[in-house]
Amino acid sequence: MHPAFSVVFLTTLIGTGQGLFLALFSAQAYTELNLLPSMSDTNFFGMGSAIALAFLVSGLIASVFHLGHPERAWRAASQWRTSWLSREVIALPFMMAMIFVYGVMHLFGLDGVIYSDASGNHFSYSLIVAGSLAMIASFILFICTGMIYTCIKFLQEWATPLTVINYALFGTASGFTAAAAFSAFYNAPEITKFFTVWAIILTVVVLFTRAATLYRNSRIKHKSSMKTAIGVRHNKIEQKAMGMQGGSYNTREYFHGKTATFLKSVKYIFLVLVFPVPVLFLVSGLGSADAGLLITAFVVQFAGLIVERWFFFAQANHPQNLYYQTV
Amino acid sequence: MTQLALVIDLNVCVGCHACVTSCKEWNTSGPAGAMSDDNPYDKDPTGTFFNRVQTYEIGTFPKTETLHFPKSCLHCEDAPCVPVCPTGASYKREADGIVLVDYDKCIGCKYCSWACPYGAREFDEHQKVMKKCTLCVDRIYDESLPENERKPACVLSCPTSARLFGDVHDSESEVSVAIRENAGYQLMPEWGTNPSNHYLPRRKTKLHYHEDELQRADNPLNKEHSVAPVDAPTLDDSTSW
Repeated sequence: MHPAFSVVFLTTLIGTGQGLFLALFSAQAYTELNLLPSMSDTNFFGMGSAIALAFLVSGLIASVFHLGHPERAWRAASQWRTSWLSREVIALPFMMAMIFVYGVMHLFGLDGVIYSDASGNHFSYSLIVAGSLAMIASFILFICTGMIYTCIKFLQEWATPLTVINYALFGTASGFTAAAAFSAFYNAPEITKFFTVWAIILTVVVLFTRAATLYRNSRIKHKSSMKTAIGVRHNKIEQKAMGMQGGSYNTREYFHGKTATFLKSVKYIFLVLVFPVPVLFLVSGLGSADAGLLITAFVVQFAGLIVERWFFFAQANHPQNLYYQTV
Repeated sequence: MTQLALVIDLNVCVGCHACVTSCKEWNTSGPAGAMSDDNPYDKDPTGTFFNRVQTYEIGTFPKTETLHFPKSCLHCEDAPCVPVCPTGASYKREADGIVLVDYDKCIGCKYCSWACPYGAREFDEHQKVMKKCTLCVDRIYDESLPENERKPACVLSCPTSARLFGDVHDSESEVSVAIRENAGYQLMPEWGTNPSNHYLPRRKTKLHYHEDELQRADNPLNKEHSVAPVDAPTLDDSTSW
């Protein structure tokens, strides 16, 4: 497939936005259960939500560039019974609205305690009402985004549950890295360590699932061949003409147009940028909670994720390409 | 239930592209607007088409064979492009099984074209909507046309009658009989799309002779080679004429 930068940025940006929110949500849950020291600054979660929303809005803006008729985008919510894309179109704004409510409750002091016990464990409205809904919507959104690609069964590189798992884990890993960078920048060291440790864990876990996907795809056996494409039982079928000279949508949309060497180098670039380099920065920032180190970790990982997403699209082999091999 | 479809006879197709040009001519002049082109008379011409004719070479020289292969939307019975559409712009008609795009609802997200294994859909770069073969839905029901012209433009234009049009769910229709009697097949059956359009394979007319048919035991010509015994009585000896 030809990677569209609008979709590359959409999926990476909303993934980070979702992950950042999930990081904030879990930090708040930990503090309210006294597993983490409570935050001295109540604006922390509000500001964090604003940053998460900024990522999500940027993703939404990127997605507009993918559409031929963005003014009709509201129609895309109608086919949620059959289309994962439609489900994503519903889940994304719902989640953004809930994160907005969550952030507003924190920033404007509209929060209150819903339940507390003798040992000081408590739950606030922001966590239980807006936060939980946004958290559920965020997981649903990860599933929707992944399923958009997984459900096309003849794009065999995508048609695996690993696609959904990778989308969810890449999003949360980059989100926790972003949260670590944000909390260090915000000078909230009591919580930075929590984010950093989880960012390292998630990055290592997603290394395994992404490596498993790469291994699976390197051994893939494509079901379609020239034989099934034109229905002629012969092992040697060669296209002599595709029916046009100057190319068409079919030659532009489904081919990345790069060499195999280029594709291979892109794979190694993302493997370096997403995993070892950020983990190195995260580990070195673990003790000091140094904002510079953690922000670098996030920037490098996010750049790597853009490369990873490009590779994800480019690697997928569409069976229609069998019909378009020679001018 | 009706399922309109095309049956394309690869045994007859000569690869003349008449179906491609007549399709473009009819559909670019239709009420849905032009099928836009870029650089039509210049370097790298490109544009939106519903139908393409491709050419394949099968085998290794000198045992090769050329196959001309027209490809358009196959109007699948389980069309994978329809359920993925987020707006409902892509739909399959209940009445006749034609898969269509509502150009006024399409947001141009291109997801349906990803979900078509045949690459039958083409995005119109100027109208910014997805386009595809309509089986000339604006022509086949037009009662102002004489009845024998209520067929897709490609079918009417084919000089060798390689394209048949009809209801593949009606067992006695011309298309069903053609599929049944000439081993009609579907493309990429491995994806379970159940395409309505069928292709008829190349069929070789071959005569099979047995050795006996070439060397007839009672061939009178062979009698000339047989020599009569020398001392046997001749006809004159044994008759009294």
